[in-house]
Amino acid sequence: MRNVWIIAGREFRLYFISPVAYTVAAMVLLILGGIFAVNIYYGVVSGQVNPDGRMVMGPLVTILLFATPALTMRAVADEQRMGTIELLLTSPVRDWEMVVGKWLGAMGFMLLIVAVTWVYPLILNRLTSPGIDQGTLVSAYLGLVVMVGAMVAIGILISSLFSNPVPAFFVTLAVLLGLWIIGGFASGSGSGSEVIRYLSFVDHYYSRLYRGILDLGDVIYYLSLTVLALFLGSQAVEARRWR
Amino acid sequence: MIQAEGLTKFYGRHPAIQDLTFNARSGEIVGFLGPNGAGKTTTMRILAGFMPPSSGTARVAGFDVVDQSLEVRRRVGYLPETVPLYPELSVTEYLTFMGSLRRVPDLDERVEEVIVQVRMEERAESYIGNLSKGLRQRVGLAQALLHQPEVLILDEPTIGLDPAQIIEVRKLIQELGRERTVLLSTHILSEAQQVCDRVLIINHGVIVAEDTPANLQAQLAGSERLMVQAAMETPEMIELLRGVPGVTSVQPGEGEGKVEVASAPGRDVRPLVARRLVESGYDLLELRPIGISLEEIFLQLTHEEGAADA
Repeated sequence: MRNVWIIAGREFRLYFISPVAYTVAAMVLLILGGIFAVNIYYGVVSGQVNPDGRMVMGPLVTILLFATPALTMRAVADEQRMGTIELLLTSPVRDWEMVVGKWLGAMGFMLLIVAVTWVYPLILNRLTSPGIDQGTLVSAYLGLVVMVGAMVAIGILISSLFSNPVPAFFVTLAVLLGLWIIGGFASGSGSGSEVIRYLSFVDHYYSRLYRGILDLGDVIYYLSLTVLALFLGSQAVEARRWR
Repeated sequence: MIQAEGLTKFYGRHPAIQDLTFNARSGEIVGFLGPNGAGKTTTMRILAGFMPPSSGTARVAGFDVVDQSLEVRRRVGYLPETVPLYPELSVTEYLTFMGSLRRVPDLDERVEEVIVQVRMEERAESYIGNLSKGLRQRVGLAQALLHQPEVLILDEPTIGLDPAQIIEVRKLIQELGRERTVLLSTHILSEAQQVCDRVLIINHGVIVAEDTPANLQAQLAGSERLMVQAAMETPEMIELLRGVPGVTSVQPGEGEGKVEVASAPGRDVRPLVARRLVESGYDLLELRPIGISLEEIFLQLTHEEGAADA
């Protein structure tokens, strides 16, 4: 387990010297800030938008969907491209420790971005009286954290399948978008629709967590997706050795 | 320390190495010699625990490279061929990172020690991305030495270094080889000759020869050869020397009055050759044995292999 923290620590620090990470963080916060400002000036003032935490969470989730692939694309793929994976894999580190370490490092950076967005609900709370619904806010943020965990894990998994960050970016984006829109196909009420709805990334978030309903089932969905992706990522790293 | 038995590795359907069997004892420096693409790197990667063989087994420091990979990796210091390093880290940062993964005790002191050992004190805080190829090679070597491994696997350790650095690194390897097992690969023959206790010549994934550099030379030379120069016509001399007992062939050498005399292995014909020439009334100017260099052996072996393929 110590190896996981060592690798996570290095990975986390790497984001702070990476121009890509800064760009992504800046874009996320800039776009979110812009949307927030527009919502306040035109939505809230005219009474069209109800001021609560969702005003921030809704756009944030969508932005993070695009930001995640950019942050995770190089995690393993770049080590493979530069060959540095050879020294990592010949040091006494288990494959899963490396993968989980990479995930944890990326999560650290993502959560930092998410933490910064907390200022918007704080501002909202100041602007409105008697303040926004704290319960919804906490539930939505908690849901966001577990969802981001799954998105990052998928990003790491796909990064471990490639030796170049660019295809890793596009494939991760495609998979995340796929999981995103899959819910749209579940229009009926048949068992097929049920399965699709269960797999859908969106449904677990927007139906409950986002609305302030903390359902353990939704949290378990994201957690198990995370574990599955990290397991497959470790398998992918091991499979590379056999090639 | 290293025992490989029947190691075979396929990349797709192409065999990179086939049925390699060899061993290296403790305190021995073994050289892997072969042209590019002979399978040196593949073998070293298997022994370092980077990838498993397709078939065959290998034990390093008593542990199986597949089943006890982690134990093997703890005991091996490995310098890969291309020395992949993180450009964004400083030398000290990099070594500290690798050392912490290897649980090196008193890490900070140990990092300083190896930096001194590879003579990088002045560049310890430089970013790896700004280092020259030679310096990066030394960082890679420092990384391999960090945890004081029992076994060192060095893939082309002197490649990209300037002549002065090459001498330094060779000296360092020889020092290290006193207490540890060192397996190094090279395609520089003089390097193998100088540094290694034993040489394995590998070509097209197969070991074609294995011995001490000195024995390899003796064994592969096959016969003893002499260069003889006397003040006389070459054709006459050839006739004369053909009659000496023990001489198997006489051929004209390069230059007036020079011939090359080959004799059966283990038989020194020099006194007879000298006497025959002098007794016949000629002036003997030069008489010396011609050794075959490792370079020639190498070319001979790798060429034969190539010819057999064709």
